Amino acid sequence: MEPILNFKSRTVVMPSSNIDTDQIIPARFLTTTTRDGLGKSLFADWRYDASGQPVPGFVLNRPEARDCAILVAGRNIGCGSSREHAPWAMVDYGFRAVISTEIADIFRNNSLKNGLLPVVVDDATHAWLLANPGAEVSIDLETCTLTLPDGRSVEFPLESFARYCLMNGVDELGFLLSRLDQIENYERTHGK
Amino acid sequence: MTAQTMFEKLWREHEVIPETADTPAVLYVDLHLTHEVTSPQAFSLLRERGLKVRRLDRTLATMDHSTPTDYQQIFGGLPIRLESARKQVEQLQSNADEFGVELLGLQSDRRGIVHIIGPELGATQPGKTIVCGDSHTSTHGAFGALAFGIGTTEVGHVLATQCLLQRKPRTFAISVDGRLGDGVTAKDLILAIIGRVGVSGGTGHVLEYRGEAIRGLSMDERMTVCNMSIEAGARAGMVAPDETTFEYLSGRPRVPAGAAWEQALDRWRELPSDPGARFDREVSLHADDIEPMITYGTNPGMVVPISGRLPETGDEVYLKALDYMGFEPGQAIAGKPVDVVFIGSCTNARISDLRAVAGVLKGRRVSPGVQLLIVPGSQQVKRQAESEGLHQIFAAAGGDWRESGCSMCLGMNGDTVGPGKYSVSTSNRNFEGRQGVGARTLLASPIAAAAAAVTGRVTDPRELLA
Repeated sequence: MEPILNFKSRTVVMPSSNIDTDQIIPARFLTTTTRDGLGKSLFADWRYDASGQPVPGFVLNRPEARDCAILVAGRNIGCGSSREHAPWAMVDYGFRAVISTEIADIFRNNSLKNGLLPVVVDDATHAWLLANPGAEVSIDLETCTLTLPDGRSVEFPLESFARYCLMNGVDELGFLLSRLDQIENYERTHGK
Repeated sequence: MTAQTMFEKLWREHEVIPETADTPAVLYVDLHLTHEVTSPQAFSLLRERGLKVRRLDRTLATMDHSTPTDYQQIFGGLPIRLESARKQVEQLQSNADEFGVELLGLQSDRRGIVHIIGPELGATQPGKTIVCGDSHTSTHGAFGALAFGIGTTEVGHVLATQCLLQRKPRTFAISVDGRLGDGVTAKDLILAIIGRVGVSGGTGHVLEYRGEAIRGLSMDERMTVCNMSIEAGARAGMVAPDETTFEYLSGRPRVPAGAAWEQALDRWRELPSDPGARFDREVSLHADDIEPMITYGTNPGMVVPISGRLPETGDEVYLKALDYMGFEPGQAIAGKPVDVVFIGSCTNARISDLRAVAGVLKGRRVSPGVQLLIVPGSQQVKRQAESEGLHQIFAAAGGDWRESGCSMCLGMNGDTVGPGKYSVSTSNRNFEGRQGVGARTLLASPIAAAAAAVTGRVTDPRELLA
């Protein structure tokens, strides 16, 4: 994975709360056996009509959404199914961060493992972002801050090890494999 | 020593390396269940890195999500109609062959929904850590296991190391006193709990269900409750093991036998939370206050008593959900016509669910124009139901009795509700399009679903109980 230090992008806003992973990518696209190419199915049932044509009003179909790498979503995005296809689809589409006031546990974990940054902000910052779609914001992992166009910065929480992995482009499996001695010792001493 | 919760005991016992400020805990996984949808990319990762499945004896695979429920496509020589689903099923078979993983495959008589077969085989046991690439892994917490869903990257971690990197979650006690009334089920209880806690109320927490009403539940009922913990945002939900648990497990194929069984019981009796153990959050409900429930919206927290009315007002999310569902604010939910009734899923497809459905359907007919699909949770549940003659009751009523699988719970195996149609479903999610594009799902108990099938309308099941 490429290291992530900081990036800047305009935002796309989807204000609905409780956007579940069945919306992010409907189950019928989960019969894939690879992780590639899911971006075209991102939000498929909101993005395309029954004949497969783009729904004109949907935010991702608007011209101003092009090249936006940050999604601002309503409270509790990513609830529901554990499908990692949800962050795979987001990353394949071009998103690099998701901002909300609450992000569901499994989706947040899955996102971190795929270089999609889950950014939890306070209600006031969230309200400003919802009211200002297309705002150019920057995200910095070194300081764990989100900076708004007027220069205001807010800190966001990020689990320390996940942050280390993102900033250094390393994955957790390598860390676990380097602990195999301790795992074997645990198995011996615990009758596993 | 300070009083510990059941969760804390299990967590401590499974810490290979405790967490620090810089690193999460390395947590040991006793049982890794896997299925065809969330595993292919994890096996690919192993292949790319030249890794093996580290503990084959702790890994069990089955296929359930993309498998058809039609006999001909499983046993009758017809290919699986959906080509991508067929490929996914074949991929799990070849991955299992290549890596040596035990697979209860398409034609196995022990196949079924992963969260039904784990308990059924006795692979699910108190005190274990259990994970699966599936959010309804919370089901297994009914046995006093710490069981939670993981993503595919983590499936790869467990395959390769038998461990996960995890931050310790907080604890949340949900106490339910009293007793559920006649015609009020475990499904109504968990829907009422989600209605109370909210769909994100459990985020970051492990739930422990406790109290008199929980103690009075059978294992099947406890599984229904724990299954939907994730619908309250909690990755795991647990019930302390007791005599009900031990009686269920006794004699199952994968539980210890003889002296080892007695030793296991001694260990399992130590698991319940100590008196005075502190939880980070607590909520109490009274079982006697709970009525048969049904969802009206597009998440499981949008729920009312069947005898009740939709809220008069709500926010934009509420109005958007009602627009999708074709409902009006303030309307009564009972009497609403339905098109499809689905009995099935890891929430409500165990034998006791099917017996309850048969109790409602016996001597009655499905309302004209209603499609009733009954999908057992496993092939073993199917055989048991048939040995009791339940399938004849279903057939006489006009229901469609299928092979086991996830089926219409999620539209990825050929079983879907149809655009705009109303489905009363015993499954766990009423998200937009969950049961197929445009499908409108109302979640309810098996007896409420059966009652809707008979009357063709949303019906309080107590009206049909003798």
